[in-house]
Order: sequence, then C-alpha cells, then structure tokens
Amino acid sequence: MTARPSGRLALRLVALGYLALILLVPVAVVLVRTFEPGLGEVRASITTPAAIHAFWLTIELAAIAVPLNTAFGIVTALVLVRGEVRGKRVLEALIDLPFAVSPVVVGLALVLLYGRVGWFGPWLAEHGIQIVFSVPGMVLATIFVTLPFVVREVAPVLREVGDDQEQAAATLGASAWQTFRRITLPAIRWGVAYGVVLSTARAIGEFGAVSVVSGKISGETVTLPLLVEQRFTNFDLAGAYAASALLALIALATLLAMTVLHRRGDAA
Amino acid sequence: MSVATAKVLPGRARSRGAVRSPGGALGLGVATLWLSVIVLLPLAAVVVASLDGGLGAFWHAVSGRQAVAALRFTIVVSLVVATANAVMGTLIAWVLVRDPFPGRRIVNAVIDLPFALPTIVAGITLLALYGPTSPIGVNVAFTQASVAFALLFVTLPFGVRAVQPVLLELDREMEHAAASLGASATATFRRIVLPNLVPAILSGAALSFARAVGEFGSVVLISGNKPFDTQVTSVFVFKQVESDNATGAAAVAVVLLAVSLAVLLGLRVIERWGSRHDR
Repeated sequence: MTARPSGRLALRLVALGYLALILLVPVAVVLVRTFEPGLGEVRASITTPAAIHAFWLTIELAAIAVPLNTAFGIVTALVLVRGEVRGKRVLEALIDLPFAVSPVVVGLALVLLYGRVGWFGPWLAEHGIQIVFSVPGMVLATIFVTLPFVVREVAPVLREVGDDQEQAAATLGASAWQTFRRITLPAIRWGVAYGVVLSTARAIGEFGAVSVVSGKISGETVTLPLLVEQRFTNFDLAGAYAASALLALIALATLLAMTVLHRRGDAA
Repeated sequence: MSVATAKVLPGRARSRGAVRSPGGALGLGVATLWLSVIVLLPLAAVVVASLDGGLGAFWHAVSGRQAVAALRFTIVVSLVVATANAVMGTLIAWVLVRDPFPGRRIVNAVIDLPFALPTIVAGITLLALYGPTSPIGVNVAFTQASVAFALLFVTLPFGVRAVQPVLLELDREMEHAAASLGASATATFRRIVLPNLVPAILSGAALSFARAVGEFGSVVLISGNKPFDTQVTSVFVFKQVESDNATGAAAVAVVLLAVSLAVLLGLRVIERWGSRHDR
C-alpha cells in the first residue's frame, strides 16, 4: 500500500513513542538508578552470600525444569504431529493450560497437593519429606509454568518439515531411534533451541508461582526474583535495583539468543 | 507426497505409528502422564479444595465484597489492556512490516523484551519511572492506572506477534488493485487489510486478556494492593493463601481459572474461524 509519507512517519512515531514509553525508558531508568551509586556498590550488593545463594538456586531450578520439559516437549510434539493415536486431541487442548493459569493459582495448587493439609501432606510428613516451602516445591512450580514452551515451538517445525525423509529412512531399514536421532532431531534443532531459550528465561524469572511455595527462607529458598522483592519491601532500593539489573542482563542475553536462533531457524 | 504414500500403503502407515515409539501409544502415555502429574492433578486439588465447605462456602467466598471488587477490577482492567493491545499491537506490527525505517530489526527484537524480562523486574522498572521517585515527575504508583501500565508492559508482545506474521503473508495484490481504483490509503486499510487481520487481532487480544487476568509479579508492587481499589484477583488470592484461608483462595482461584479457560476456548474458536477464512 502506498501511504502518504507524512502518514507513514506519523505511524512510525506513534509506534516508537509507545514502545519507548512502555518498554525502553523504564528499563533505561532502572539501569541508570542501579549504577548511580557506582560499580563497586553494585558489585557488593550482588555478591552478598544471600545474593550468591539466590543466583545459584535460580540456576538450579532452571537446570532441573528445562531439560525435563525439553524431553517431554519433544515427545509431546511428536505425538501431536506424527502420532496416529486416539486421544491426542485432548492432549492438544490441555497442553496450553499452564499459560492460562495465574502463577499464584499454580502455587496454591501445589500447596493444596503437597502442603501440610494437602492431599499428600500427611503421607509426606510421615516420611519426613518436605515439598512445600522448600526447593522441591519450587522445582515443581517452575516445571508447571515452563511446560508448554518447547512443545509450542517444536510442533510447528515438525509439521513444516513433513515426514518424507523419516519415511525414506524407515524404508531403508533405519530403526525408530535411528530415524529420530539422524533425521528428525537435526530437522527440529532450531525449534528445540528456541523453546529451550524461552523456557530458561521463564524459569529464571518466574516469581508468582515460586513465591507462593517458597516460604522465602533467607539463604535457603530465595531465588533472584524473590530477592528483588524482598530487598524492595525492606526498603533496600539500591539492592533491589542491583539484583534487577542482573536479571535484566540475563534477559538481554536471552533476547539476543532469541534473535539469533530465529534468524538461523528461518535460514535453515 | 507423504499423503500419497499413506493412501497407497494404508497398512504400512498404520504400523509405522505403532512402531515409532515417540509418536505412538507409548509417547501419548508418557506425555499424558507428565501433564497429569505436573498440571492436571494440582489443578484438580484447587477445584476440590474450593468445594471443601460445600457450595454454600464456595459462594460465600466468591461473593465476598472484597473478592467481587478484585474480580471486577481485574476483568475491567484486563479488557482495557486487551483493547489497547489490539490497537497498538496492530499499529506496531504494521510499522514493523510495512515501514522499512533504519533500526527496524532492533525494534523488532525489543518487542520480545517483556517475555524475557522477569515480571518482578518489570514491576520495579515501571515503579522507578512512574513511581514516587520518578525522574519525570509522573507518579501514578498505587493507582489503577499503574496496574494498567504494568499489564500493558507484560502483554505487549502478544498483540504485535499475533498480527505481524499475518501481515507479512498478506497478498499485496488486492491493496494495489484498490489503490489503482482510487481508494485512499485509509479506505484500503479499512476495507482490504483490516478484514484479513481481524482473526489475528482478536487472537492477540484474547492472549493479552488471559495473561492480564492472572498476572501477578509485575503488579504486586506497583498496585499497592488497596482493597476495593487497586487490588487485583491474583494478589487477593495470594493474600488469602498467606493468611491460611486455602478454601477461600481456592474458590476465587477457580473463578479465575474459569475465566482464563473460557478465553482459551474462545481463542480456539477464533483460530478455527481464522483458518476457515484462509480457504
């Protein structure tokens, strides 16, 4: 369409102005505020024992949740796209459910299942296993909220590449596993990578679900996002900004990875 | 080609599904089991807990004045945000697809920032700019407007990313034809482009709405959580859990679940409608 240059310019300004107002200026302000007291201060506040513990706990949650969901995601995508079994429609309808559930409800659900008065609460207490208000509950919460990402990214790629090559491999006598490893996996690798990046970002940044089941025990069940809130409510604004900046840095790296993977995926 | 093969050799096609384990019944079983343990079982616990005290207790919890106020505010502000995303998402997608300005690729990458940035950081970020210590003198913290701001931030990509691919694929022929017949730019957009985008715009708005209804991290600090004013449902539920009222929390959570599920279902209908439009 040949819009008038002035109209086009106006639209561009509105779009960019809106993005600046909602996205960029706020992020820039936080970064400026963070480094106002000087680099040394920032370093000191993200290297306190509590901060270091929060960092490693955050990584631990992601390191458990993401591989599990990646394996599950690939299997599920194969079932949804290639499978010829009844019942996959139901699975397809339910797979996006975690996206529609409020993080707080996720946390509440885990409390109601594994908490003191939950379904499995008495049994767990009897065997001395604690899930809620400790790390296992936080792991479960993280797995819940990141569950659909890999499926959602891999399924369309599988659909697009078709199964010609897989059939050819099968005809030539390849086993199911060989076909998967040598044909299917290479074809979907960028989709898998994209899904992994999205899941990792969400796992690292999850707040609501983890917050409900963490109990926020300092130096034990506090992740980086929880540390941000904790410091903020304790009026340690500089500390909250420093932890935020660290998370924002991870987010920027994620964004970069997303852009690169997207381009690779399009090229492949 | 694959379709033809399947038609010629129906027997082989069927046995293939059975032989290749990930795509077969075993795969379905593994996938269903994982989904059930991680997602369905916990959600079932919420529904059951909401009915712990019978229907009367459920209704009592859901119809409490504070719960109703929180639900009403959440739904209204989410509708406002979804509408704003429908308009701004379409506009931004348009600029990204049709206006080759310098730096477009960077702007395109920045759109996904809210997906990458943790929600609590989004909240802190907005509070730094639009809060009490605002460098530009705009203090909307702890008002209903601040909640809308936070929700606009976290749902921004949904509107843009729903419309953008459709706009990219759109056949320009019709637009050229309309323009050559003397239609103005606005008329061409309204009569040719917009009708093609409607399913995508609706789907983006629905996704924004579903996300906004349940959003917690970005609003928990900036809303100030004032009952009957800026308290959203997710924060209300959180407070109920903290004060050990699991049944009340579960009842309101079930309402929240029902709203998101209704939207998700609506989305499927929109998607089906959109694909029918394609043919």
